[in-house]
Amino acid sequence: MKLKEKILTKSLWVYHLSAGSCNNCDIEILDCFTPRFDIERFGIQLVGSIRHADVLLITGAMNKKSAKILKALYEQAPRPLFVAAVGICPCSQHLFKGNYPMLNALDEIVPVDVYIPGCPPRPEAIIAGISKLIDKINAKKQETK
Amino acid sequence: MIKLFAQYLVFPGLLFSFFIGAMGFWLERKLTARFQYRVGPPWYQNFLDVIKLFLKETILPQGASKIMFILSPIISLSAVILVSVMLANNYFLNKSFVGDVIVILYLLLIPSLFTILGAFSSKNPLALVGAAREIKLMLAYEFVFITCLIIAIVKSGNSIMLADITGNQILNKPNAMSLSGAIAVLLSIFYAQAKLCIVPFDMAEAEQEIMAGTVIEYSGPLLGFYKIAKLMLYFSLPLFIISLFIKVRTTSTMSRYFIFFLIYALIIFAMSVIKNINPRMRIKDALGFFWFLLFPLGILGIILAQLGL
Repeated sequence: MKLKEKILTKSLWVYHLSAGSCNNCDIEILDCFTPRFDIERFGIQLVGSIRHADVLLITGAMNKKSAKILKALYEQAPRPLFVAAVGICPCSQHLFKGNYPMLNALDEIVPVDVYIPGCPPRPEAIIAGISKLIDKINAKKQETK
Repeated sequence: MIKLFAQYLVFPGLLFSFFIGAMGFWLERKLTARFQYRVGPPWYQNFLDVIKLFLKETILPQGASKIMFILSPIISLSAVILVSVMLANNYFLNKSFVGDVIVILYLLLIPSLFTILGAFSSKNPLALVGAAREIKLMLAYEFVFITCLIIAIVKSGNSIMLADITGNQILNKPNAMSLSGAIAVLLSIFYAQAKLCIVPFDMAEAEQEIMAGTVIEYSGPLLGFYKIAKLMLYFSLPLFIISLFIKVRTTSTMSRYFIFFLIYALIIFAMSVIKNINPRMRIKDALGFFWFLLFPLGILGIILAQLGL
């Protein structure tokens, strides 16, 4: 069964949801695909449709309106699906905490597998987060076995 | 019986053409990466992608026509398997029958047609937009490719048998060495580009504007069938171009394979150059490009071929 996870972690297709971010984290995510960092060499691709995705990448502080969209997207995705929160906003809501359109926390809406803090996180940090996610996928399946 | 199955599933059929097509697609991805000063994916990336898709869950969208939704990727894949078996049989094993050029032409229509039907049956508005674009694009590129076929047929002395077209090139010289043949090669590379949804003509699957267009609702194994069909088209369309226009006389089987892979890599290189120096066209511009620039060029090619140039 270990082979299955190995294949999955070597071709992660990422769907990017901007849930009310300031665009800074979105730009840093695109930076990961530029010549300097080039995460396509690990088989990671940005895909257009949630039906093709293995990883749901969330940027931005989650407010009440985008929470509905996030929930719908999470339910539409084929399993196995992993959720990554990029930036300090989805991790802790940062300076928007306690604001009137905000909900409490991201993991009250969907389960989150990896948090990548930073405002915005550097591409190196995002790559480190992805490698942690890959380790987690491999480790989790070993436990259940 | 076993030999027949082996023919369709192993040697010129599914496994062989899937392997070559995946390597061709990897070459295209790697070249794209090198054009952008990136490293690019490892050579086994496409195999991993396909296997991963078969390990995932398939979701049938609510309100979709389920039978059509499930059948269309399978039918497109089987049509592509037939095409690649017929083409590879002719190229590598010298087996052919009368009228197979026409059969291949309509079998090549089936993948696009069933992509459109699958998109319509998925009941997604973005898929409908993608399907409408694919229909318009089909009207554009099929015209142009028919002129290319006519050039090849005229060149071989009005024979509609693939073995005659290739045999005539072995006896005399490759069609691409003449003026009309060169025009036909150029046109058919654009045709392959549009058929495979590569960048200047990828408006049907435009990732940025209509998400994934025609395949937006597909997931898991069904998307995997589409992916395999597309990778096999990466093998069979260049093979069709090669056997129509660039068949070179060879002495041994080894050199036949070697020359095929060389010309195949050159065609993939040309396609990836076109991909990397062009932005995505609007559908209106693509129609204009095919109808008012390439189609008259094709007619000119037919006239030149009749004159023996």
